Amino acid sequence: MNTSIIYAIGAAVRAWSEEFCQGHGIPTLFVDILAWGIGAILVLVLALLVALFIIWLERKVSGYIQVRLGPTRVGPVGLFQTAMDALKLLQKEDIIPQGADYWLHLCGPVLVFTSFMLGFAVIPWDVKATLAANVDLNVGLLYLLGVTSVGVLGIVMAGWGSNNKWSLLGAMRGAAQIISYEVPLLLALVCVVMVAGTLSLTRIVEAQGPGILAWYVFKPYLWIPFIMFIICGTAEVNRTPFDLPEAESELVGGFHTEYSGMKFALFFLTEFDHMWFVGLLGAAVFLGGWQSPIGAADPIPGFVWLMLKSFAFVLLLQWFRWTLPRLRVDQLMGLAWKFLIPVGFIALAIVCVAVLFV
Amino acid sequence: MPVVRNGGRRDACPTTNSMETQTALPTEELLINMGPQHPSTHGVLRLVLTLDGERVVEAVPHIGYLHSSMEKIAEASTYQQYVPYADRYDYLNAMGNEFAYVRAVEKLCGIEVTPRCEYIRVIMAEMNRIASHLVYFGCLGLDSGAWTPFLYCFREREVVLQLFEDTSGQRLLYHYLRIGGLRNDLPAHFCDKLAEFLDYFPDRIKEYDDLLTYNVIFRNRLEGTGQLSQELCRRYSISGPNVRGSGIPYDVRRVVGYSIYPQLEFDIPTQEEGDAFARHLVRVEEMRQSVRILKQCLEKLPEGEINVKVPRKLKPVVGEVFERLESPRGELGCYLVSDGSEKPWRLHWRAPSFYNLQVLPELVRGAYVADIVIILGSIDIVLPDIDR
Repeated sequence: MNTSIIYAIGAAVRAWSEEFCQGHGIPTLFVDILAWGIGAILVLVLALLVALFIIWLERKVSGYIQVRLGPTRVGPVGLFQTAMDALKLLQKEDIIPQGADYWLHLCGPVLVFTSFMLGFAVIPWDVKATLAANVDLNVGLLYLLGVTSVGVLGIVMAGWGSNNKWSLLGAMRGAAQIISYEVPLLLALVCVVMVAGTLSLTRIVEAQGPGILAWYVFKPYLWIPFIMFIICGTAEVNRTPFDLPEAESELVGGFHTEYSGMKFALFFLTEFDHMWFVGLLGAAVFLGGWQSPIGAADPIPGFVWLMLKSFAFVLLLQWFRWTLPRLRVDQLMGLAWKFLIPVGFIALAIVCVAVLFV
Repeated sequence: MPVVRNGGRRDACPTTNSMETQTALPTEELLINMGPQHPSTHGVLRLVLTLDGERVVEAVPHIGYLHSSMEKIAEASTYQQYVPYADRYDYLNAMGNEFAYVRAVEKLCGIEVTPRCEYIRVIMAEMNRIASHLVYFGCLGLDSGAWTPFLYCFREREVVLQLFEDTSGQRLLYHYLRIGGLRNDLPAHFCDKLAEFLDYFPDRIKEYDDLLTYNVIFRNRLEGTGQLSQELCRRYSISGPNVRGSGIPYDVRRVVGYSIYPQLEFDIPTQEEGDAFARHLVRVEEMRQSVRILKQCLEKLPEGEINVKVPRKLKPVVGEVFERLESPRGELGCYLVSDGSEKPWRLHWRAPSFYNLQVLPELVRGAYVADIVIILGSIDIVLPDIDR
């Protein structure tokens, strides 16, 4: 299986942009820009659709966990409920509180949204298929961690710019939490990088094939990094038990208390897309990305496998959220600095030995 | 409004080592309003907080947003007319409030009610205790960030409320107890339905425990939070599960032994630790004890009349009376003064939430912001009970 549907779409987009540029006498430099631009829009649309789906899924999952039904009225099994919610949010008045810093208040959600969307650029969707057909960034993982960290700035901007003390508290918590959990997350991913010998996500996925046993999650020396990844991933997405920046019962709504309409929708979409994003990343680095569990002979496209794996993560995060209570801020920090980081270094040492001798 | 104190107050707040080494950084305390509109103040309580980062330096509760002249209304209505008002201030314990009020009036007028009536009243009060503790359990889950226990608790509470509805026609504010008796006898299916509920309810309590109480995150949040010493309990006149969580086995059902409680077997659960988790365990155990009481009541429930003859115009002799009983929140007292007319001259409620809330500033001093909601949830206040 050397090609895939996603690759074919990417190639078609590229061929069309080449033809378009030649036909209109546009310099060849713009071929890349056009092809990547179209690819980016496709990925963005996909991400938004998936976010809508995940919000619906969350409602259904929480319904089943809580002995109730969840949405049932709008469309079959309530599927269009979130689409209608998005429409409602679009119509809502955009309220900027008195005394708020207009630009910070505006840039907060935009920056949060953008930084996570940038991360999608290096996700390997299928064989040889990232965002724009065959572009493979050789420092993909580094880039991905870099751009997603920028989101913290957006949270701080939103919290500070809202002129609300609860928002400020939420933003402070968010900044502290995301920065703290980036360290163990990085340690967990470095373990994988050492085993794969590359920072390119595409090549990390390629190294985990063929067959289910080649996935990194089935290598005993990567079990600790895998569990660390799940914990830190949950913390990065700010979901229960690590939802302190929002903490509805303590901080009202945390950093997005003062947001309404589309700006709120951006935060909302980002939260759910981020969950999927963590799922995609986890699938790529631990579950073999688009690799099929039975190897290359599998007729099911790799993209479908990637979706299944990432949604397994999403369901896991949703299960956490509807079962567990929330940590307190000192316990959260203690967990990161006093437990996860030392454990991460131990895991790194184990992996070092394993890479040398296994 | 409290005075914003500057850095000199810092020593009163237990700080970590790292904070002490950083005193060179100029910091300011944050004055912040928690409530009256806040998801976790259990109504319209307003707390003015002075925060040092995430630590609470000072918390001042402001009450009165739900004040509805409950005591003044009594002076303008006859003894019978006031019964439905008694439902309305501690809405989670409506049967208990009616019980306290009608007992006070009956004591004032020297009315003896029938044995069947006493049993039914105790059944109602204990069922209401279960319903109230279920709300507490679910809300503490919400306060600590777990959403699911709330819906599980409300599933069982629904069964209790349905029984109340079948009996009195109302789900929350019943007006079921009357002076000298009850509105009507129990419906035909009541005892079977209740027995069925009592059979499976202990298993459900275990389910909640597995889901929330013994969750390690939940325990870490509650253990050591809101330490309430016996000395504080005495100073602030704390009652109910809060005082029993601090190791004082004070329960009006046992101490005064009103109604038929002396004839029933039940334990007074206590815990020594005095923290939020101890209070939580006491309430969970109290639900089990209420099941025990209800089972005995169903067994012993005598046949017979439920009402005694009471004159339409009730004119007690001049005098005063204080009647207290154990509500889910603590010692509920009803003080009545009669001037010989058909309206009370004065009525005063000794509302347990009011006394229990007063200790809050002591408990949250030095705690984290997140602990406030846990402590508030664990002392289980009902706002209309405070404001009346």
